[in-house]
Amino acid sequence: MKALNIIPEKCTGCMQCELACSWVQTGTFQPSRSLIRVNIFDELASYSPYTCFQCEEAWCMTSCPTNAIAISPATGAKVVLEQVCVGCGLCAIACPFGTVFYNPDTHKAYKCDLCAGDPACAKACPTGAIEYSEVGREAPWLEPWREMVNQNYLDVISG
Amino acid sequence: MALYGWTGRILRVNLTDGTTKAEPLNEQWAREYIGGRGVGARYLYEEVDPRIHPLDSANKIIFATGPLTGTSASCGARYMVITKGLQTNTITTSNSGGHWGPELKFAGYDLVILEGKAPRPVYLWIYNDHVEIRDAAHLWGKTVFETEDRIRTELGQPDAIIASIGPAGENLVKFACIMNDKHRAAGRSGVGAVMGSKNLKAIAVRGTRGVRLANPQKFMEAHWALKKKLKLHPVTGAGLPTYGTDVLMNVINEVGTLPTRNFREAQFEGAYNISGEELREKRLITNKACFACTIACGRVNRLGEGAGRWAVTTHPRNWKIATEGPEYEPAWALGADTGVSDLDAVIKANYVCNELGLDPISMGATLAAAMEMYETGTIGDAQTGMPLRFGSAEALVRMVEATAYREGFGNELAEGAMRMTARFGRPELFMGVKGSEFPAYDPRAVQGMGLTYATSNRGACHLKSYTIAPELLGIPEKLDPHTTENKAFWVKLFQDVTSVFDASGVCIFLTFGIGLEDLWPELAAATGTEYTLDDLLKAGERIWNLERLWNQKAGFTAKDDTLPKRILEEPIPAGPTQGQVNRLHEMLPEYYRLRGWTEDGRPTPEKLAELGIPA
Repeated sequence: MKALNIIPEKCTGCMQCELACSWVQTGTFQPSRSLIRVNIFDELASYSPYTCFQCEEAWCMTSCPTNAIAISPATGAKVVLEQVCVGCGLCAIACPFGTVFYNPDTHKAYKCDLCAGDPACAKACPTGAIEYSEVGREAPWLEPWREMVNQNYLDVISG
Repeated sequence: MALYGWTGRILRVNLTDGTTKAEPLNEQWAREYIGGRGVGARYLYEEVDPRIHPLDSANKIIFATGPLTGTSASCGARYMVITKGLQTNTITTSNSGGHWGPELKFAGYDLVILEGKAPRPVYLWIYNDHVEIRDAAHLWGKTVFETEDRIRTELGQPDAIIASIGPAGENLVKFACIMNDKHRAAGRSGVGAVMGSKNLKAIAVRGTRGVRLANPQKFMEAHWALKKKLKLHPVTGAGLPTYGTDVLMNVINEVGTLPTRNFREAQFEGAYNISGEELREKRLITNKACFACTIACGRVNRLGEGAGRWAVTTHPRNWKIATEGPEYEPAWALGADTGVSDLDAVIKANYVCNELGLDPISMGATLAAAMEMYETGTIGDAQTGMPLRFGSAEALVRMVEATAYREGFGNELAEGAMRMTARFGRPELFMGVKGSEFPAYDPRAVQGMGLTYATSNRGACHLKSYTIAPELLGIPEKLDPHTTENKAFWVKLFQDVTSVFDASGVCIFLTFGIGLEDLWPELAAATGTEYTLDDLLKAGERIWNLERLWNQKAGFTAKDDTLPKRILEEPIPAGPTQGQVNRLHEMLPEYYRLRGWTEDGRPTPEKLAELGIPA
């Protein structure tokens, strides 16, 4: 199975991914409709694209009252079935990562579907900060982050 | 007919009475002048009397984007500020990248025209159709960085993009910039002071709409081809991303073209210390790109710990550990031109320029002229308050701060080199043209650049026809920098082509890797206008002639198309280019002829009729 592998160190904050994604979504260049967002942390000299993880325990999917979010057999992506979606917006609320959106024009939810296996953001990235590659490869930057998160968790439960 | 590429709307803001109005874009002008610099100049030509004083409330500031701004076209990030420049009194077209121009397009406007003068400090807030003039009394006097943060906070809009002036613009420093994204600048010719004179502190923009294209499929094909070409080119694919623009420092120094100590020499012994190589090794944290840029030449450099006495302490939250720049031109102006080879001092001075909204090129060059006056005894400690010797890092950093606030001798420096040297009776020490100081290439060593500087419509400017590319870098073909042969042809061609790039809303760094023939399909597909390559060149020529005509009406003549005496008569004393002077007289008549102008440099009625410019 392939997934979007994001390497923040390579990102320059150029927004080509946002442009490409909004292009796929709307047929225009409209970063406000992009499903991938580049976070710019000026004070830390750091840029990071960020989109749906396609998480295993997908809360958007489990929260949907009409079962309008399904798993694509080809890519494993959680995809919104527009015909079924009633636009209640529960999935957008349920997503802990803020990567499910509500489209006020179509009154439907929309989220990253990995472009049916050919993600436009990864293709557009000029520096290789977004790769569409086989999972199983551990991202080296993830380890300290995970430690930090776990530490917070331990701090909380130990009072 | 629906417009593509362009949004088809302009925003007109009258600061005097506080009214705002969205108007349709003049479609005919859009097609004839493409956008950005061209359309902006056309509106200025129509609406502003060239003879007024730049600070007159009748002067207008136009912020203009091009049809490719905000699209995924590589480097489609640029906007132009068009007004009558305070430093030069010419039409000025200052270009900046970052995210401001695209955001304006997403808000649904091609241009913002600012008229009149606000009775008290204000800033403008544009959120799609919502346009509001807000009080800025609490922001007046604040630095660029603080202004940006405060506006975002008080609007509750973390995604708003802000173009603002710093204390330099408020204090009407002749070479004040308009800054956006903290470190991006519409830098030269004093546009910031014009904005300051209108009591306008900032323009905050947030846009959520899209930019539509006429022929999406064709556009994407052209875009991919262009992007690939950029990636494979040694300059745009390797040189600029690896070392930034400062990659030029060692190259230009090596060939004896780096003006040093106010153009007294053409090689700087400390060049390596302030070069891109040194920056990369010692300071670089990461590259930063402007919107849609696939080159990413921007440098984010470390400061703070390790920077010793030049640590930045003025603004703890912002860029605590990092700053952008310096780029090549600031590194030259604040470094080689003032003889300072202390990298930390140069980074600090560049940071302060950005923070306070100063053009570092003019800043460094003016300081260099002051240093020469000091060393030759024209001025002394009584005027300056401290020794202004070449190479003094102390003087550099202190004077940059003093200039923005017009404190002490800073008040003299704030007038720019031309006015300052004239005031002390040494006008021959002003190294520049039409009030604007030279950038970082000695025109004695590169003949074509001399013609570029002399004929540029906004005074000495390297961006209007960068003939360094063919003369030194061999792009698109290698020319001999020391001959004047054929240079008039190249300068004219580069001026026209650059006008098209500027008008399209893309960065002219593209021209290192691609030519007009690569931009053309993108532009045609985006706008749906059946441009031919000739049409585009014609549009470039039209823009150039229009600007020229405007300057002519403002009182400029062929007498102003000249270079300082030092460049024309004093040979370079040493190095590989020893003995060279600029032979402008060999190129200028040919240039006028190629332009189809009269012998005294005036566009002929036939030429204007051919280009469709109303006289």
